[in-house]
Amino acid sequence: MSEAVREPHTYAGGASAAYAKDKEVLLEVTDLKKYFPIKSGIVIQREVAAVKAVDGVSFKVYKGETLGLVGESGCGKSTTGRTILQLYRPTAGSVKYAGQEISTLKGEALRRMRREMQMIFQDPYASLNPRMSVGRIVAEPLVVHNIGTKKEREERVAALLEMVGLNPYFVRRYPHEFSGGQRQRIGLARSLALNPSFIVADEPISALDVSIQAQVVNLLQRLQEELGLTYLFIAHDLSMVRHLCNRVAVMYLGKIVEVAESEELYTNPLHPYTQALLSAVPVPDPSVEERRQRIILKGDVPSPINPPKGCNFNTRCPVSVDVCFDTEPELVEVLPGHWVACHRVI
Amino acid sequence: MAVAGSAAPISLTEEERTSTPWRDAWRLFRRNKAAVVALGVIITIFSLTISAPLLTHLGLLDARAGDAARHVINPANVPQVDVYPDPGTCARDGQDQNPYWCGWLSDEILVDVQNKYCYRPAPEPDRQQWCYLLGGDSSGRDWLTQTVYGGQVSLAVGVLGATMSLIVGLIYGLVAGFYGGRIDNLMMRIIDFMYGVPYLVLVILLQVFFTEISREYRGTDRGGAIGLILELNASMGGLLFLFVALGTLSWIGMARLARGQVLAYREKEFVEAARAVGASDRRIILVHLMPNIIGPLIVAETLAVPGYIFTEAFLSFIGLGVQPGTPSWGAMISEVRNRGGFFSNRFILIVPSVALVLTALSFNFLGDGLRDALDPRLRGT
Ligand SMILES: Nc1ncnc2c1ncn2[C@@H]1O[C@H](COP(=O)(O)OP(=O)(O)OP(=O)(O)O)[C@@H](O)[C@H]1O
Ligand code: SF4
Ligand SMILES: [Mg+2]
Repeated sequence: MSEAVREPHTYAGGASAAYAKDKEVLLEVTDLKKYFPIKSGIVIQREVAAVKAVDGVSFKVYKGETLGLVGESGCGKSTTGRTILQLYRPTAGSVKYAGQEISTLKGEALRRMRREMQMIFQDPYASLNPRMSVGRIVAEPLVVHNIGTKKEREERVAALLEMVGLNPYFVRRYPHEFSGGQRQRIGLARSLALNPSFIVADEPISALDVSIQAQVVNLLQRLQEELGLTYLFIAHDLSMVRHLCNRVAVMYLGKIVEVAESEELYTNPLHPYTQALLSAVPVPDPSVEERRQRIILKGDVPSPINPPKGCNFNTRCPVSVDVCFDTEPELVEVLPGHWVACHRVI
Repeated sequence: MAVAGSAAPISLTEEERTSTPWRDAWRLFRRNKAAVVALGVIITIFSLTISAPLLTHLGLLDARAGDAARHVINPANVPQVDVYPDPGTCARDGQDQNPYWCGWLSDEILVDVQNKYCYRPAPEPDRQQWCYLLGGDSSGRDWLTQTVYGGQVSLAVGVLGATMSLIVGLIYGLVAGFYGGRIDNLMMRIIDFMYGVPYLVLVILLQVFFTEISREYRGTDRGGAIGLILELNASMGGLLFLFVALGTLSWIGMARLARGQVLAYREKEFVEAARAVGASDRRIILVHLMPNIIGPLIVAETLAVPGYIFTEAFLSFIGLGVQPGTPSWGAMISEVRNRGGFFSNRFILIVPSVALVLTALSFNFLGDGLRDALDPRLRGT
């Protein structure tokens, strides 16, 4: 492999991707890093180490699509989402939204940007303030941005509740009176209040009953069509994202190891980690299911404080070779629109 | 209860329909009978002490200092002497019974404190009758009056002390917990240091200091800021300095508790959601953190009230509390000791003691009830 430094913007979904040809890039993340410092010392604290939660992630999200972000617990998916929304400030790297660099925005400019990008949270019980009524929760974005009169806000809240399939009558109730699925809808209504175009959905359905999951997914899809939303959909298992996402990025230990269109990724996974993940997903087709062989990965995910040298998957990879232990593989486009970071896949 | 999507919630009872966090808390509080009684007792004590000037005005109590010139005592306890040189001795003579105790509206003897005479007035059926319902002290001051006015001091110290320490601790803990990092570290080290300082010793030293300067400047026309403060303190009967002394350390426990609470809620997703819509720090603190963390803090402060009350009583007992002449339960107990009143006035000691214990117990029970109602960890039990 040549040592030539790649232009960062060619890392993911470059111009050659068939899918991307006619699509407009809404969000572009380049070499994004988020380290959480670990401090020690009683009076004067020194930084002794850092959790490398996100360690050089690059991808693009096209307007109107749903990009899935998949990986095991603790691999840095939520941190990626939060860093994109500037809930955490990035340690390094750039986040461009509609061509504008937002990682350096501050104050009023950042607040204005927040109207464009919103988040749906994983835990429907923790994401609603227990001391606020549903009406106040959903109206909060409007209050914060000083939009409309009190009456206009009330009307907007009622419309939003209806939009997510809730009775507008609920405005005076409190979150503890609702089920998980209903709470997730309330959270969704809140994030739609400002008419955003981009939504980070951080495992919005993992905490829900299976029967409710489909309802919420359908709602998300319907809203995407109606409102022209773009989603970054975070999930920890691949089965969930298949029919919801246009493209899927697989994450391992703070890095993206593979990006492809959904169908491509499911039928032709190239990275050993993706293959292992997929081997755990049951296939509806019985003949395929019969041949399905579960790849069991050995060992545990290494600590993000001290990730392995070279390819960070090398401690568990069934097909590793010498070079994996000293050179980090780059994310390369091996097929049109299909990017993989592995020395064994060229 | 959760109701599916569009179903009209007709089946809900009135109570369910209006369920809000504060209403739920009230419902839970009401379940704790001891707490409800305690709340009633506290409200009663409060109204009594607050309306004390009114009671004085109505003639049901003596003036605040309690040394009004005219008192009536039970003739059974007073020797049959019409004129007695000193009220301190007139009552004690001959009887080892409670000298200043009298029954309701019995025949009476007047004690003229100013002229140091006791005398029996001519019986006049329509003359207003008056007696020491709970006895009097050796200077002829009505014990009931002092108890009621002493309640002002105790409640002021307990409630204002708790409120001040709540406010200071809350702000300190909020700032430390919310901003975290270096600020938090520094602020918490300061608190660690203060935890090492013995509370009572510091309070006593401060009060000695304050008492000394007050004495030094008494009567002198000092002027300036210090003079103003000294004057204000004197007009509050020494309460101002007492607050300062009690307040120096009382907030640190609250600050720790507040910080812990903030840390628990700061990373909650609803706070993050507020941030994601662009809410300011101010809004996050006031709207999202405060209402959620305040419950356990109120509980802790309520349970701390007896501590403040006892500390004041203790300080007044050893003469380092309120200024002489200001009624206070601790000072009353000390009075009984100093004047050797205990043996002759067995019951007299009971009055301020019962008031003290009753108030303290009530705050404890109230705190218990509030814990049931406000501490979300105990929700649904
Ligand atoms: N605020 C923080 N401070 C320190 N470390 C953090 C913080 N947030 C996350 N981490 C660490 O960063 C790593 C990635 O966390 P993250 O929450 O992004 O994982 P995730 O992929 O979303 O996992 P999950 O599926 O469990 O939600 C973890 O090791 C976590 O311990
Ligand atoms: S680079 Fe090497 S260790 Fe990493 S996934 Fe590929 S083969 Fe395995
Ligand atoms: Mg997560």
